[in-house]
Parts: sequence; structure tokens; C-alpha cells
Amino acid sequence: MKKIFEKPKSLRGVSTHYCPGCGHGVVHRLVCEVIDELAIREKTIGIAPVGCAVLAYDYWDFDVTEAAHGRPPAVATGIKRMLPDKIVFTYQGDGDLAAIGTSEIIHTANRGENITVIFVNNGIYGMTGGQMAPTTLLKQKTKTTPFGRDKVRDGQPLKISEMISTLDAVAYIERVAVHKPGNIRAAKRAIKKAFSNQIDKKGFSMVEIVAMCPVGWGTSCEGAIRRIDEEVLKQYPLGVLKG
Amino acid sequence: MKRRQKTENRRQKTVLMTGNDAIAEAAVAAGCDFYAGYPITPQNELIAHMSKRMVEENRVFIQSESELAAINMVFGASVAGARAMTSSSSPGISLKQEGISYLVGCELPAVIVNIMRGGPGLGNIAPAQSDYFQATRGGGHGDYRTIALAPSSVEEAAKLTRLAFDLADEYRGPVLIIGDGILGQMMEPVQSSVLSPQPSIKRIKKPWALTGAKNRKPNIIRSLYLKPGSLEEFNNKLQKKYEEIKKKHTMLEKVLCDDAELVIVAYGTSSRIGKAAVQSLRGVKKKAGLIRPITLWPFPEEAIKHAAKKAKAFLVVEMSSGQMVEDVQLAVGGKCPVHFYGRPGGGVPTPEEIEKQALKLL
Repeated sequence: MKKIFEKPKSLRGVSTHYCPGCGHGVVHRLVCEVIDELAIREKTIGIAPVGCAVLAYDYWDFDVTEAAHGRPPAVATGIKRMLPDKIVFTYQGDGDLAAIGTSEIIHTANRGENITVIFVNNGIYGMTGGQMAPTTLLKQKTKTTPFGRDKVRDGQPLKISEMISTLDAVAYIERVAVHKPGNIRAAKRAIKKAFSNQIDKKGFSMVEIVAMCPVGWGTSCEGAIRRIDEEVLKQYPLGVLKG
Repeated sequence: MKRRQKTENRRQKTVLMTGNDAIAEAAVAAGCDFYAGYPITPQNELIAHMSKRMVEENRVFIQSESELAAINMVFGASVAGARAMTSSSSPGISLKQEGISYLVGCELPAVIVNIMRGGPGLGNIAPAQSDYFQATRGGGHGDYRTIALAPSSVEEAAKLTRLAFDLADEYRGPVLIIGDGILGQMMEPVQSSVLSPQPSIKRIKKPWALTGAKNRKPNIIRSLYLKPGSLEEFNNKLQKKYEEIKKKHTMLEKVLCDDAELVIVAYGTSSRIGKAAVQSLRGVKKKAGLIRPITLWPFPEEAIKHAAKKAKAFLVVEMSSGQMVEDVQLAVGGKCPVHFYGRPGGGVPTPEEIEKQALKLL
């Protein structure tokens, strides 16, 4: 019998620590599928962030290093400049990339480093228990915005991908989502393009992935999927921002 | 090269250069593959030198957007198995502390140069030795130490830079080179042999580096130990490493200590001033000697303990309000009085000031 679906080789056969309905499991798998399809597992170096995905190295079956909170783009710069023929990618959450690591991501993009960035935007700090992220929506209640995010007190949701897409050195930026099968397929195409760009030495490529965090959002798994359509994508519309 | 005036003496083959240039050139000679840094006075000659020489040698130079980025780029280069270095001065070194802690936690080699200036805060750009605590107590968060090499001349700065790369690789961790604004800016002759590339740079294999999991299991670099007891185990492993470093790599210089009644303890620039004071005290038949720690950590406590058996008093001289003096007190262990003379905030003691203090004690 012909096998038509299997676990990607780059994904380890272990059980996940992620909460039910979390987007990380889907994104981890998509990254691994792309790495398998491009046959780059043996030359890929991943950088795990601080946050829920810090344990990515427990799931990925290729070389992975940890990085301090927000610093994966600087670490990726160091690795890629030393090993330009390897495939280097960062996997970062919204707190990592758009708050504490804003400086590193912008300058790495501006140098046009030939790396791939997988940016998971779920609008919340999941690991620490659900505090406000830079991408949290206005009026959204979190552990540190108990009355809802207020634009005067807390600032407004940061459209970091739009900001970075203004930089001349950037090759490709696209925002995708992983809440529905069609979106997941589109997300995979974007991830594949971002890795292919690196192989073709086209320069800095980033995919922002709008993802669910039902536990952090205080919703059911289905509620989280509905919320993406009804609220999140209004603030963060999908599409190619550059490239 | 403006700063590196090549006044080559044909017989001695020396080059006149600043400490900053000497450290940079020695790093190139030691096979430094990767440098990232951010400008800050008084170490700017170092980054400028690297911006030229690293590119000439077809190696990597990056002027980073911040000290945080620089140390994390060094982290990345080290992950890839490179010999990597960054340099800065006191306020910038404070910013690098997060990265230094992670380098220790992930057991990654790196060389970090601190050409100290006055603090706290923005302080000033005058030479100082006020980062001793930071350099010798770990500096960042967590239970660790870093080897801290403190040269007192331009040539020694070059030699210790080469050693720093070897020690970093051998012990898989960051090694600090601790200088001050005078050492960084002052020009002195350096034997050109010290700056010539080693015929075979001692490269140890790094099977732990991330180079792509081809024909081997994936390598993982991390400092996160969540399993109960595993972080305690890792910390104990670090401490074992530190014990070995203490035994094998404690370095110091002794000057006229055998019959000394007063032992001056000073490092870096203040040790040179201390030496001048010892010479003039000897000229008036006063039995003064000097101990100069070359490694600030590991601290040469045994040598000081030994000197305390004969000495009547110690005088610690620092360009700070008194930091190393605590280590001297610990080593002397109450055997005799330990006095202190220092000038903080960019003040530099003169030999006469030290002599005056010494005469009160002799």
C-alpha cells in the first residue's frame, strides 16, 4: 500500500508539551515538512527563542541552538556569516521578535542577512501565563491588561512586519495564518518560499504566522479559531508585504 | 594606519602601537575568525583596527547596532565553531553581561575585551579599574566565573590576547581581557614576533559546534535545564572546571617580594605606578615589594598568602574606591594589616602618592 501521509523526517517522534489548540505544533510541522522537501535537514541550523517554543529542540531533528530572549537574529547573523552555505533560521514569538528583540530583528533585516525568520504571532505571552504582547489587540484582556489593552496606557498593536517591509534590504515578507486547512497550506507555501530564498541567496525573508493561543486568550479551541477570523485578521491582514 | 606607526627597529624588530591596536592585531594573529563590536571610547582604535584587518584577511567584521547584538553575534559565531571576539568599555560591557551569562550557560568560547573607563553610569572616558567586581564575580546572572586576564603593558596585552583564545577554546567559555584607558591608548613597542601569525594555531576540535547534522546526530546548544537536579549537576560541572583553571592558570608577577616588609598589590596600569614607587622606596632603603595579579580571576591568593607570612603590611593600590582589596584581605586572612590607596572616577595615583602612603606604613 502506498503511504500518502507520514511524519516529516525532521520532526522527532515525541509527544508535545504544547497546550490543546496551540498553533506552535502546526508551525513546527510545517517547518519540518519544508526542510524535508528541500532536502536541507543536514545543513540546517535552527535558533529556538525564549518563550513557549524554547523547547523546539525537543521536536526538531536537526542542529538547534538556544538564544537569549529577543536575540535570535543576532545569533543567526553570527552563525550565517561563519557558515554562509548552511541554512539558518530563527523561530520567534511576538514578545521575542516585536518587543525585547525589536532592535535585533530590524537591524538584521536591514543588513539583508540571508536568513529565514519564522515569526509566530499569537498576540500574547503564553509561556509566562498570558500577559500583554506588543501585538495584543486593543481592548484584549490579558494578565497585565485586566481592563483590556488601552491605547493610551498600553500603546497600540505593533505591525512589525509592515515596518520591516519598508526596508530596502529585505527580500520577502508575508503574513499567513494557521487556523484553517486552507490557511495552513498557504502558510506552508510561504515558509517554503522563505527557505528557498535563502538557498537562492536572495536575502532576508520572514513569514509572520498568525496563530492560536486558546489558553492565553481564555477561549475554547474552536473559539480561538473564530477569534482569528473575527478579530485578529482585521488588525493583521494576510498577504505578501514585500517580495 | 595612523595609530600604528611602524617604527621598525631593524635589530629588535619591534612595532610601536597602542594597546588597542596590539590587542586587535594579536587577535588576528591568534586566528580570530569573527569580530563584532560597537564604538565606545576608550577602545575605538580596537574596532577600527578590526574593521580593516579582518576584511583584509577575508574574515568577518560586523559593526553591530548595539552591545547586546555584538555579544549575541559572537555567541552565534561561537555556536558555529568560530574563534570570536568582541570589545568594549565599561558601560558597553554592562550591556554584554546577559550574553556573557548565556555563553557560560551554553559553554561557548569567546574573547571579550574591556578597556575600562570611569563609572558609574556614563561616568567619563578617563582610565579606571572600577569593573573589577564585575569581571571577577561573574558579572551577569547565575553562579559562574570567567577567566580575567589583566595585562600591564602593550606587549603583554598582545600576548594575553593570544592566550585568551586558547583558554576560551580549552575550557569552552568566555575569557575577559581587562585593560584600562591608559593601556588602550598608550603606545609602546611590541616585538613583531608576538603579532605574527602562529605557524600552527592551536585549534582544538569542536565536535559540539552546529554545522548541520550530516553523518551525525543533531547537536543542541542550550543553557536551559528543567529536569529536577539537572541544573545543579551542570553548575557542579562548571565549578569543577573552575577548580582546574585555578590550579593550572593562576598567573602573577612578583617584584622584590622575598624580603619585603610592605607588599604593594596592584594590577594593570596601577601596578606600573606601584613598581615605580617600589623602586624609589628601595632607593631610600625601605623594604617594599609588589605582587601583580595577571589573572584577576583566578586570583593569585596562594602567592599573597605566602607573602603574608613575612610581610608586616599590605598596601593595595587601585584606580577605584577599593575592589581587589577585598580579595587581598581574604587571602591575607588577618595575618597582617591590609591598607588601601585608590583614586576612583578616572583618577590615576602618582608614584609619589603611593610612596607617601607606604612611608606611613614602613
